[in-house]
Amino acid sequence: MITTTPEPLEVAASPMERSLRRFRANKIGLCALGMVGLLAVIAVAFFVLDVLGIPWPMDPDATNLERKLLPPDSVNWLGTDNLGRDVFSRLLNGAYISLTVGFVAVFVSLFIGVTVGAVAGYFGKWVDNLIMRFVDAIMCFPTFFLILTAVALVGPSIFNIIIVIGLVSWTGTARLVRAEFLTLRESAYVQAARTLGQRGPKIIFRHMLPNAAAPILVTAVLGVPEAILAEAGLSFLGFGVQPPQATWGNIIADGKTYILDAWWLILFPGLAILIAALSFYLTGDALRQAVETRSERQ
Amino acid sequence: MTVFIIRRLLASVVLLFFISLISFFIITLTPGSPYPWGELNPKVSEDVKRIFREKFHLDKPLHEQYGFIMRDLFTGELRSIKDERPVLAKIAERLPATLALNLGALALSLSFGLLLGVYGARHAGRPPDVITSVLAFVFIALPGFWVSYLLAIGLVNYGAVPILGTHTIGVTFSNGLEVFLDRWWHVMLPASILAIGGVAVQSRFIRASMIETLREDYIRTARAKGLDENAVFYRHALRNSVRPLITGIGMLLPALIGGAVIIENIFAYPGMGRLGYEAVLERDYPTLVALNFVTAALVLLGNLLADVLYAVVDPRVRLE
Repeated sequence: MITTTPEPLEVAASPMERSLRRFRANKIGLCALGMVGLLAVIAVAFFVLDVLGIPWPMDPDATNLERKLLPPDSVNWLGTDNLGRDVFSRLLNGAYISLTVGFVAVFVSLFIGVTVGAVAGYFGKWVDNLIMRFVDAIMCFPTFFLILTAVALVGPSIFNIIIVIGLVSWTGTARLVRAEFLTLRESAYVQAARTLGQRGPKIIFRHMLPNAAAPILVTAVLGVPEAILAEAGLSFLGFGVQPPQATWGNIIADGKTYILDAWWLILFPGLAILIAALSFYLTGDALRQAVETRSERQ
Repeated sequence: MTVFIIRRLLASVVLLFFISLISFFIITLTPGSPYPWGELNPKVSEDVKRIFREKFHLDKPLHEQYGFIMRDLFTGELRSIKDERPVLAKIAERLPATLALNLGALALSLSFGLLLGVYGARHAGRPPDVITSVLAFVFIALPGFWVSYLLAIGLVNYGAVPILGTHTIGVTFSNGLEVFLDRWWHVMLPASILAIGGVAVQSRFIRASMIETLREDYIRTARAKGLDENAVFYRHALRNSVRPLITGIGMLLPALIGGAVIIENIFAYPGMGRLGYEAVLERDYPTLVALNFVTAALVLLGNLLADVLYAVVDPRVRLE
């Protein structure tokens, strides 16, 4: 018996493979991704060290009034603050706060944004209209002020900050998912699934969501630095994670009193925030370029 | 056009209703004590708490509270818990400073964003473009408060740029022009720092819009008829890719006003952001509700203006 389906001579690259190839070709994106990885390792490592109670390179909370406000030297690599605490240790110890807030807040906002956007885009009509007017209304609010108000009222803690940032920043994702869904809804395979009698939730999660995954991933990565910067701003105003826990924002907030004498209290934590946020932004942008289908047609 | 504006105004009323709901529920639905002095303060007697609850209608069900707050807000009767002054008056006296700061920052964002974006698009894919793109992300990633302090150190030590307040204290100017210049000189630094992120965001949009326009058929036509590349670029492409400039008005405003909370705090600038920060510290609920409402309404107004501007600038846009 002769088989009628010949083996294809060359397997065409899947969209995923093409995206990966494009991402690998992007030097800046790769560097940024490496930096994100490094930050994640630092955050996890120093969180574990903190939990185990191993003070390395120094105890971030140990005060030493004989060595206060010292510029960087061989003992305290990045100087000491007004209580003689080692700035380098505090920076490393603060990393996990920033990254945790960044990742978890994005997760919360993705959860809300994807759900709301999917419902609006899938059902359309008045559901869509009502939801999108609500989203428009939220987008009118000055985000940071909204976050500040809510965090101040609920009380500052890492959990509250994450929830509030997540609750406030889902609108962009919702808009994006809605737009994707409005187009996907008309595609042949969704029509087919509907004709077969599959129900709404299954069509949404099984058929439509995976096809909108790429742009969602991009907004997620670009959302992390937003949350990191928001947390830093809150910490700076005194509404972040409370002392003695070091965060990049509150090291600057504490250091601003000594601004003219101790530049290292301002410079290094700010650089840490900048580097962290920048790595995520550049990674996200490289991802966007890699998954964007339009650039293929060039 | 008139029909469009009326319809947009009607839609804005719906949005305004949602905005009022959100600003009200942020205050009431968040757990935490409604009292500015804290829930368990032993120095405050039950009677004082009861009087406070009655005065600010906290003993009523939520929907009635909402009614009271909105009625008071629109009749101007809503008073601050802290000093019992009408909230709208407090906001109104901060409004000129806020407008100067935010509109200044908006103008800077749009103009420098345009320059940077056009430059990037002109050299798309080549090193200057890569450099400006990375630079744009550096700008977005810069924490404003950090830049403020670094600049403040430098400018206090090596420059004569004022870093506090809205005007030089203790100097009387002979004419209005000098007063204006003095204020402008004070707004410049905070507005520039506030604009850093906006410049970057705007430049990304302009660049993308330019590159897209450059793929259009009429650009090919323009090149084919032998137009010099500069003319193609600046006369044909640029004009048709200024949409992000207008969209930017609506998009940047919330970020600017939000960012202004921190910047105004650092530069002791008496705008609405600082009022908000003070209200947050004092748990001044009426002021917070009103501030959130008024700022969101201002942004809404900005969006509406942007939509109308769209149609004025771009004849391809038809308003129905």
